[in-house]
Amino acid sequence: MKVGIVRFPGSNCDEDAWFAVVEQLREDAIMLWHKDHDLQGADVVILPGGFSYGDYLRAGAIARFSPIMQQVAAHAAGGGIVIGICNGFQIACEAQLLPGALLRNDVGYRSMPVTIRVERSDLPLTSEAHVGQCLTMPIAHGEGRFTASEDELDRLEDAGQIVFRYVDAAGQPSAAANPNGSMRSIAGVCNANGNVVGLMPHPERAMDPLLGSADGRVLFESLLATVNA
Amino acid sequence: MKFHIVVQVLPRRGILDPQGKAISDALRTLGFPQVDDVHVGRHIVIETAAESAAAARASVQSMCDRLLANPVTEDFVISSVDAA
Repeated sequence: MKVGIVRFPGSNCDEDAWFAVVEQLREDAIMLWHKDHDLQGADVVILPGGFSYGDYLRAGAIARFSPIMQQVAAHAAGGGIVIGICNGFQIACEAQLLPGALLRNDVGYRSMPVTIRVERSDLPLTSEAHVGQCLTMPIAHGEGRFTASEDELDRLEDAGQIVFRYVDAAGQPSAAANPNGSMRSIAGVCNANGNVVGLMPHPERAMDPLLGSADGRVLFESLLATVNA
Repeated sequence: MKFHIVVQVLPRRGILDPQGKAISDALRTLGFPQVDDVHVGRHIVIETAAESAAAARASVQSMCDRLLANPVTEDFVISSVDAA
């Protein structure tokens, strides 16, 4: 598997994604500068976390105009796998690769471990997980409140585009377990084809028990299994 | 011709605006109990060349639709278009 990690000015989880792929999975990764015009044969593109362009205007709003985003959009349109993590999720929404928007948290910046429940296990990112599986991994964001109109949320539920929800220790969504006020406790969504997924929590920072959790591994192992299939 | 255009972008009504809520709470604490609600948005000033005021307005409308406002969560108004 070859993973392309897009580095925007202000990305700060690009090295974590590299660590997850290269140090933990022992797979290939390549850093892609945002001004590049070539994905260099990447099977999977990761839009990493950070504060691209200083979150000017809105988080992710300017990054979507980076030259490489044209190739990322073409990769996605052709069925290629694109994973947006945190700021990468915000960028993917702004680029309209994913539905909805990520607004300022209801309670300000949050940096903490959260538990998310896998809602679909037939996606490239979740194929090695099972529906209902709960994963603990960190969040660190100020603008992660997933928002869409009620009609759009109903449509996303019907189409199975909700991939992860914030849940409590019993695996149930609740206001207390929702760290940012996301509508319907949504932590991650996918596009209609399921090849583009965005999530606010950081699986790349949950790859080793030494870091507090290794629950992110199953998502990276899913990508690997999908690419190698 | 040069034009000076002012745009206001605000969170759409009905969508939780935690920043506005925090400020309205602070204003009430400060001694303005009559404050009902506060909304915080962006005030954007654009200087641009255009053939006419109508063309300038149409151009800024497109800028708002495509970049300056998020169509999912924000509304905008072009509050003035003045010849510079």
